[in-house]
Order: sequence, then structure tokens, then C-alpha cells
Amino acid sequence: MATKKKLNKKPVKSKPAKTQSAAAAARNRQEKTFLRAADLDLEKFEPTNEQKKDLYYYLLLNRAFDDRVAKLYRQGKIIGAAYGSRGQEATSVGSTYALGKDDIVGPIIRNAGSIIVRGLPVKNFLSNFVGRSTTPTRGRDGNSHLGDLELGVFAPISHLGSLVINLAGCALAFKIKKQPRVALTYIGDGGTSTAEFHEGMNMAAVWKLPFVCIIENNNWAYSTPTSHQNLTPDLAVKGKAYGIEAIVMDGNDVMEAYRVSKYAIEKARAGNGPILIESKTMRMKGHAEHDDAFYVPKEQFAEWQKKDPIIRCEKYLLDHRVITAQENEAIKARVAKEMEDAEEFALNAPFPNSGDGVTGVYAD
Amino acid sequence: MATVTYLEAISMGLREEMLRDSNVYMIGEDIGVYGGAFKVTKGFIDEFGEDRVMDTPISEAGIIGVCVGSALMGLRPVAEMQFADFISCGFNQLVNQAAKLHYRWGEAVPMVVRCPSGGGVHGGPFHSQNPEAWFFHVPGLKIVSPSTPYDAKGLIKAAIRDNNPVLFFEHKYLYRRIKGEVPEDDYIVPIGKGEIKREGKDMTVIAYSSAVHWALEAAEQMQKDDGISVEVLDLRSILPYDKELILQSVKKTSKAIVAHEATLTGGVGGDIAAFITEHAFEYLDGPVKRLAALDTPVPYSPPLEAHFLPNKDKMLKTMRELAAF
Ligand SMILES: Cc1ncc(C[n+]2csc(CCOP(=O)(O)OP(=O)(O)O)c2C)c(N)n1
Ligand SMILES: [Mg+2]
Repeated sequence: MATKKKLNKKPVKSKPAKTQSAAAAARNRQEKTFLRAADLDLEKFEPTNEQKKDLYYYLLLNRAFDDRVAKLYRQGKIIGAAYGSRGQEATSVGSTYALGKDDIVGPIIRNAGSIIVRGLPVKNFLSNFVGRSTTPTRGRDGNSHLGDLELGVFAPISHLGSLVINLAGCALAFKIKKQPRVALTYIGDGGTSTAEFHEGMNMAAVWKLPFVCIIENNNWAYSTPTSHQNLTPDLAVKGKAYGIEAIVMDGNDVMEAYRVSKYAIEKARAGNGPILIESKTMRMKGHAEHDDAFYVPKEQFAEWQKKDPIIRCEKYLLDHRVITAQENEAIKARVAKEMEDAEEFALNAPFPNSGDGVTGVYAD
Repeated sequence: MATVTYLEAISMGLREEMLRDSNVYMIGEDIGVYGGAFKVTKGFIDEFGEDRVMDTPISEAGIIGVCVGSALMGLRPVAEMQFADFISCGFNQLVNQAAKLHYRWGEAVPMVVRCPSGGGVHGGPFHSQNPEAWFFHVPGLKIVSPSTPYDAKGLIKAAIRDNNPVLFFEHKYLYRRIKGEVPEDDYIVPIGKGEIKREGKDMTVIAYSSAVHWALEAAEQMQKDDGISVEVLDLRSILPYDKELILQSVKKTSKAIVAHEATLTGGVGGDIAAFITEHAFEYLDGPVKRLAALDTPVPYSPPLEAHFLPNKDKMLKTMRELAAF
């Protein structure tokens, strides 16, 4: 049998590594189940000062957006449930900011930051939480469930795991069409338990698709701790089973999230197959505004509060003189004003007409 | 007798069955410490322990699949879908494994899948569906869907004691809005048996779940405003449905409307309408009418959702159209 013969062939020796230690490092890398940011050469992915300011601005806007949604929820103005991303902003913002203009992202419920970074104005985004016609869904779907292909945003459905396959599908198209584009999506620690997560990761791996999946391990899936979801504490180990590179990153450090994501996105773009990233982070509220998170130990919140991504970023920028105290105030004021205007706009925007929902079930 | 909500009645029924039979266990996402997304199993984990109130990973195929396996080994699992909409992720296990197993190898699969379903709660396309018709077409499954606390308790108990896979659709809108008297002792509502919720002589509305409520309200108004007497037949069980009771009522009133909250095309109503025309054609004084939601996904924004859903006013209009024959 031809194939057997091939298999029995002695492997061709690869070129000797330049130095002994480099070879050892390469071997070490191969044997590791997953890598950490420190294992990678990320220097060239360091954001510029302008980009750092951008990242900070988006973090603040993401937080302000969530706070506004929570406030409106308490006032009974949100239609349905209100999901937020408090504590996880750095993961969405850092990774989506690392995408190129023609790339595509599939955000899920903790990724309001991704939608904002891709450029959907917050006034239109907020409109989607109050059921108005001034959103990409025109009131047909709610909260962060929206898509806009022009912005490179793939709309999620609620069913966890589904987007992993869909974004792998986008990546498949990029490969077939030989376009240098990358697809990025997210999944919760809980979502990795779905069948569709597995099917999507496996297909992306065997076809070496230009695809990056970020597991946001925020310690909880609704009321279920990650330990009841998965036996291994590091979800990145799943990458090994698919035969792909997996990296653990500090999801509360926006600079690290940017660097690691950029590394992964560019590596995937270069045709090396998909990369799985596990972002270690924490959901700093209940599952949604209706959930007081009584089941989360107070100490856990307190411990993670110290790692708040916004405070950390702010401190970094001030300490490294990327921004002045004055500039800081100006950015904060700009964000506050934007959210003020967004609320004004969204609450005064028209509801769709009652009959508007009957069309468009089918494409022409 | 105690006056309880629809939700509390389901909870009572589940608890009584857990106490009665140690083979009964609950399984689902966040049903333990959290007590379920809607708190139906609140306190169960303290009373019955983790082995009988199992929190699962987010794995609907897994949940339904282990129900099948453990049912065959002598247990009587009761699964909760966090929302009925997520049952699609366990579809294969239900329609191919659970539903066909007894037919293929003669072994019973006693299991219940509870599905919080229905709209009117601004849940949007993925937290509002009424997916019973997806399963109505599957021989081997049973489907029940109560409209009152009394029926909810009686049907959940009957479902748990049944030796077949039973889908229990519990309506989220009714959970805390509908209250009623429920006996504190043991009783069941037999699967397959409907009930006349209101007697009438001029037309019959055949409904289940939320539709029963707008049928009853509209019937009241028809009596008052139009002097027309409407009978309301609550199916309670959708698969199998009570053919005898339907024929009995329609032969008496000669007019029928079939109503449900799920979308129209391919819905349960079509099958019942066909059954009536096939078996009571010569008794009919008008077409069998159907009232259901529009054939679109469930929209999120309140004006869109209100337009999409059937309600009391649409029911009145349908009744008046039929009364004109
Ligand atoms: C297939 C499926 N089952 C159940 C749900 C209901 N649900 C919504 S979010 C959630 C918890 C998600 O946890 P995780 O994946 O860790 O994401 P996180 O909310 O922590 O960001 C559940 C169970 C769902 N959306 N999809
Ligand atoms: Mg989580």
C-alpha cells in the first residue's frame, strides 16, 4: 500500500537549529501543552502610544456602555434581559483591536467591546437594547445580538458554541478564495462544553483555517463554576487535542490581550492554521442584571477587583507617561459625553412600526 | 387545597415525585445551587443532594443523552432545558435515540424533558420559541403543555410516571401570572386527555397552554357582546391529543377554531384541523379556522412581538369570522 510505504519512510532530518539552546527551546515549545505570553516573542506586536490611548478609550467606552445599560435596566427601560461584560473589557477590546480592517469577528454576550471597536456607534448599539428601529436588527433582535458585515461583525445566536463553527466557515471562505483575512470569535468557559465548540475547533484545525478562538475563562457559567464544567483548570489544554497552538493570556491586561491576539491573528493569517487562546479573566457581576451572583464568594470578587483592567490600564498609561492626567480627564469626559448622547438618542429613537416585522424572512 | 402559581405547581409536582420514587432525579444547567434559571427547582439540592439534583456542563445533547442511558438502567430522569429554545442542541438524542428506542428494541425510556417556552416576555428570537411542532412529527415522543396550575402539577407527575420520553412545555409567561387551586395530595392528569375548560354550544376553540387563556377571555366577551356561546377545549396533551373529546365537542357545536401560540405553518393546529374535517365533515357549519403566530422568527421589540403573537383580540376577530357562517 502506497500510503503505508510513505508512513514507514524515515522522517527527513530537519536542518540543525542554529544553537543548542534554540533547539532546546523549540523542543520545549513543542512539548508544552500550551504556551504563555512570556513564552512568545511579542516585542514586535507592542502597540504604539497612539494605539495604547485608543485601547484605553475603548476600555472606558465599553465600561461606560455597560454601566449605562445597567442603569437603564434598573429604570425598567431595557427590553428583556441585560448582559454586561464588567471585568472582561480588556479581552474584547485588546483582541478585536488587533484585527485588520477586512477581518471578521463574531462577538458573544461579553463582547460589547468588540462591537464598539469595530465601529458601530454606541447610540445605535444602545438602541438595540431598547428595541428601537435605529439598529442593524431594526428591533428584531436585542441586546448585543447584532451583526454588520460592513463592519466585519458576525451576529451571534444565543446558542453557545454555534459561532465557533460559523466563524470557522468564514475562515474557510478566506482560504478557498485565497484572501489574507482572519476570523476571530469568542467562547465562554461554559460554552466549551458544547458539541458545536468541538466540531468547529476540529474542522478549523484539520483544514488549517485562518481562525482564532478566544476562550474567556471568567470562572463562571451562570451559576456554575468552571470546575463543574471542565476537569482541567486550564482550558487551553484543549488546543493540544486539536493539534493546534494554544496560548494562555492575562485577559485583564489590555496590552497583553492585544499583543497575544495580534501574534495569533498574524500567525493564522500566514497560513499556519488556527490558534486557541485562553483568556484568564473574571465576570465581575451576575450572569445578567437580574442575577445578584449570591453564589460567587465575596473574596473572589475582591481578589479580581484588584486586577480591574481599566484601573490597570490607566495606571500603566500614567506611569509610562503615555498620557497626562489632563489628557486622562479629557478622555473620560469624551466617553461620558458620548454615552450621555447615546442614551438621549436611543430613548428618543422610534420603535419599529408593529407591522415591520413581517418581511424579510426570506431573501429575494 | 393551596393557591399556588403555575410555576409553584410544577415545583410541587416534581418534589412529590422525588419523594415518592428514589429513582427520579433532576438534571440540567444551573438547577442546583441556583435553583434553575426560573427557580423551579429552588431548594431541591438542599433537600435531595447533588446526586439527585445534578448541575451539568452546557451540553444539551449530553443532558438528553445521559437521560436515555440512565433511564435504561432503571432511573427516571427529569431534564430541564434552560430555555426550550436550546433543545435544538439535543435534537438528535431526542428524535433518533429516545423516540425510536422502544420501537427498535422493546425497552422503555422513561424520561421527561422540561422546556420553559413561549413569548410575550421580550426574549427575542432565541428565548421565546414554542418548538412543540418540531417534535409533534416524531412517533415515539409524547408532548404535554398545561395551561393551569392544577394541570401543571398533574401532568408533570403523569409525565414522570410515564414509560416514554415526554416533553413538558411550560409557558414562561404563565409561570408567575397564573394562580390556581391545587390539591396538596397525590393526583395525576392523564396524558392524552383534554378538558372542557368552558362549556358552550355555538363553537369550539381547541387550544393549549397560553392560547387557552386568551380563548377563555374572548369567549367571555363573545357571550356578553355577541350572545354567542363558545366552548373552550384545553388539549393539555398535544401528542397524543384527545381525538374523542374533540369530536364530541365539534359535533355538538359544529364550528371549530384551533389556536396556539406557535407559528402557523406546519403547526399542531394544521393536523387537528385536518383530523376534524376528516372525521366530522358532515357536522361542520363553517371552515375549521386556525389562530397562531405569524410565520416569522419571534421578534424582540415590543410592537413587533405584539404584532407577531396571537392574543385575545385576534381570537375575538377569528370567532366573529367563524360565527358569520
Ligand atoms: C446551548 C446553550 N445552552 C444554554 C444556554 C443558556 N446560557 C446562556 S449564557 C450561559 C452561561 C454561559 O457561560 P460561559 O460560556 O462561561 O459564558 P459567560 O456567560 O461566563 O461569559 C447559559 C447556560 C445557551 N445560551 N446556549
Ligand atoms: Mg464563563
